[in-house]
Amino acid sequence: MPHSNSSITGMSNEVDELLHLFAPVPASVIPLLQEIQAHYGYISETNLTRVATYAHTPKSTVYSVATFYSQFRLTRPGRYLIRICQGTACHVLGANSICEHLEEQLGVKVDETTGDGLFTLESVRCLGCCSLAPAMMIGDRTYGRLTRGRVDTIIGAYRNREEE
Amino acid sequence: MSHVTEVWVGLATCGVAAGAELVYSTFESSLARHNLPVTMKRVGCIGMCYNEPLVDVVTADENRFTYGHVRPEDIGRIVTEHVLNGRPVNELLIPADGFFEHQVRIVLENCGLIDPEVLEEYQGHDGYKALQRVLSELTPAEVIEEIKSSGLRGRGGAGFPTGVKWDFAAREPGPEKFLICNADEGDPGAFMDRSVLEGDPHRVIEGMIIAAYAIGAPHGYIYVRAEYPMAIERLKKAIAAAGRAGFLGENILGSDFSFDIKIKTGAGAFVCGEETALIASIEGKRGTPRRRPPYPAVSGLWGKPTNINNVETLANIPWIIRHGAKEFAHYGTEDSRGTKVFALAGKINHSGLIEVPMGMSINKIVFDIGGGLRENKEFKAVQIGGPSGGCIPARLADVPVDYKSITQTGAIMGSGGLIVLDEDTCMVDVTRFFLDFAQKESCGKCTFCRIGTKRMLEALTRICDGEGVPEDVDNLIELADKVRVYSLCGLGQTAPNPVLTTVKYFRNEYDAHIIDKSCPAHVCRALIHYEIDPSACKNCGLCTKQCPVQAISQGKGDHQQIDQSICIKCGQCHEVCPFGAIAIQ
Repeated sequence: MPHSNSSITGMSNEVDELLHLFAPVPASVIPLLQEIQAHYGYISETNLTRVATYAHTPKSTVYSVATFYSQFRLTRPGRYLIRICQGTACHVLGANSICEHLEEQLGVKVDETTGDGLFTLESVRCLGCCSLAPAMMIGDRTYGRLTRGRVDTIIGAYRNREEE
Repeated sequence: MSHVTEVWVGLATCGVAAGAELVYSTFESSLARHNLPVTMKRVGCIGMCYNEPLVDVVTADENRFTYGHVRPEDIGRIVTEHVLNGRPVNELLIPADGFFEHQVRIVLENCGLIDPEVLEEYQGHDGYKALQRVLSELTPAEVIEEIKSSGLRGRGGAGFPTGVKWDFAAREPGPEKFLICNADEGDPGAFMDRSVLEGDPHRVIEGMIIAAYAIGAPHGYIYVRAEYPMAIERLKKAIAAAGRAGFLGENILGSDFSFDIKIKTGAGAFVCGEETALIASIEGKRGTPRRRPPYPAVSGLWGKPTNINNVETLANIPWIIRHGAKEFAHYGTEDSRGTKVFALAGKINHSGLIEVPMGMSINKIVFDIGGGLRENKEFKAVQIGGPSGGCIPARLADVPVDYKSITQTGAIMGSGGLIVLDEDTCMVDVTRFFLDFAQKESCGKCTFCRIGTKRMLEALTRICDGEGVPEDVDNLIELADKVRVYSLCGLGQTAPNPVLTTVKYFRNEYDAHIIDKSCPAHVCRALIHYEIDPSACKNCGLCTKQCPVQAISQGKGDHQQIDQSICIKCGQCHEVCPFGAIAIQ
C-alpha cells in the first residue's frame, strides 16, 4: 500500500490510496476527483486541496474544474441520491410534476438533502432510457414509467429498508 | 416442433429499469427446478423498449419466440408450457407490429442477439473478421479509400465524411497520434450510443482498431458519459477480453500494428461533445472549446494529431469492411449513404431504438415503425437533433430523413434523438426547455452564447408565464441570429435552432400565449386553470383528498369546488377524477 509521510489518520491513508491510483500530473485531476467522489459521495475542501497538491495543479484550477462539471458535488449528499431525469422525453411526459411530487414527499427542493440525511434530490439532463419516461435513478438503480403512486412506493421501500 | 435450447433476457439499462433482472433470476431458478438443459443468456437491447422486459425463447432450429412485458408471475407458465412442452404461450408473445419490417440493421445487427460480455458471441457473428482482413490484406490508404467510397458521414451530428477526416489525420506525421471515440452522448432524448455500447461493445472497439490502423495511431481513448455505468462496465470487460485475444495490445494478430485503448469518464458537461472541449477534458481541464484551425487532426490531444469519431460512426466500420463500400452505399440517398440509428421517444407507441435507411420519411418512421401516437392523439411535430436541432411540423413529415433535407427545414440531423410531440405538447414550453438546457450548458466562453441564450430564455419564460409582449418574438429572432453567428462552437451556433423552427412553424402558439394569454396545449400553468363541471361531478371527494394544498372543498350544490386563489395548478385532481369532471380551461 502506498504511503505518504503526511498521513496520520486512517482517513488520509485512504485518500492517499485513492490518489496513487493515478499519475501525479495535472491530467489526473478529473479522474482523481471522480474517484474521491465515488468513495465519499462528495469532494470536501480538504480533499480538493490534496488533489491539487498531488496533481501539481493550483487549488484554484482544481476548484474551477470541480465547479465546471455538473457531476462534482462539494457538499455531502444523503445516503440515497435521487436523480430525476429532466430529458426531453421525460419533460414532455410530465417529469416536472413527478419532480414536484418528489419535492413534496421528501420535503426538500432539488439539490437539497432531507433532514434525516437519507435522500438528496438532484435533477439530471438525460438518463438515456427515454422509452421508460418519466424516469429517475436512486443510486445506481434506474426506475422508469413513473407515476406519483409509483414514486411513493419506491421511496417508501427505501425508507422501510432503512428502518429495518 | 424443435425443442427449446436457450432463453435470452434483454438486460440493457432500459430492460433492467423495467425489472428484467428479477425476470432473469426467476427464469433461472424455474429452469433449475425443472432440471432443464436450457442455456440462459444475457443480451443487450433489441430496440423494442416499449415491450420491456423482453424474453426470447429460442429453439434448436434457431426460431425465436419473443415475449414482452414479462412479469415474474408469467414465467412459470412460459417454462411449463413452452420450454417443457413446446407450446408457445400465444397470448404473452408480442404481436407482429411492423417494428422491424422497415428497418435495416447494420449498426444494431447484433444488439439484443448476443451476450455483449462474451467475446466468442461477437466472433460467432463475424466479429473481428473485418480487423483480420484489414491487417492481412489492406494498407491504411486502402482502408481510408474504402471508407471514403462508402460515403459514410459522421453520425455524431455534423455529418462530416469519415474517410476524409481519417485522411487528414493519416497525412500528419507520427508516431504519436490519438484516436478518440466520442461516447459523450449528451443530447437529452438520445440513447443510441448507450444501447450500442451496452449491447455490442466489441463492435465499437473493432471499429476503433481499424480506424487507428488507418490513421496510424498507437493510442486510443473512449470518452464516455459518467451517467452510463453499465456501458462503462461492459466496455472495460470488452477491452480486457480483446486484449487477451490479441486484438488489442502489441503486434495485433501478429502484424506490426500496436494499439491500446483507455476509458475516460466524462464528468457531465454537454459541451464536451465538441471535439476541442472533449480534448481539453481528457487533458484534465475545464471543457471549453477553442478556435479551429488548427483542427484536432493537426493538433489535438497533447498537441498531437488526433481523430475523433462518434460511437455510431465507428460501429459502422466493421460492417463496411466485411460487406464492402458498395453494399453500404446501396442504402440511403445520394448525399447520405447507409443507415441512421434513432432513439424514438415521446408521445409514441413504439418507443425504442430503430435503424432505418437514410431517406425514409418521418411519417413512415412515426407511423409504420413507431406505431403512431399514444392514445391516438394528433401528431403535431417531431423534435429532431436535440438542443441543436429543431421541430419539424406534422405537415412537413413527408420529408426524407437525410442530411440535406433535414437541414432545409431549419432543423439538423443531429445524433439521432427523435421525440414525437402531440396536441398536448406546448411548442413554446418545449422551446423554453431546450433554451434552458443550452443556457445552462453554455461553457461561458463566448459572450453571445453565454448572455444571448440567457436573454432568450428570459423572453421564453416570460411568454410561458403569460407576461410576453409582442416585441419578444422579434427580439428572439434577432438574438437567435446573433448567437448563431458569434459563437465559437456548435453549441452556441445551433442553440437558436429550436427557437427559429418553432417561430417559423408554430407562430400561432407564440401569438396565443402573448396576445390571447392562452396556452392552446394547456401546458403553461400561468395560462390555465382547473374547473369542476357540476353536472359531471359525483361529489365523491377523491379530488379533495388528493389536493396537496386544500384548494378543493364541498361547494354550495352537490359538487366540489376549487378555490382558484389557493390552487397551484398541479393537475392532480384532474388526473384522479374518475368521472372526467375536472376540466382544464
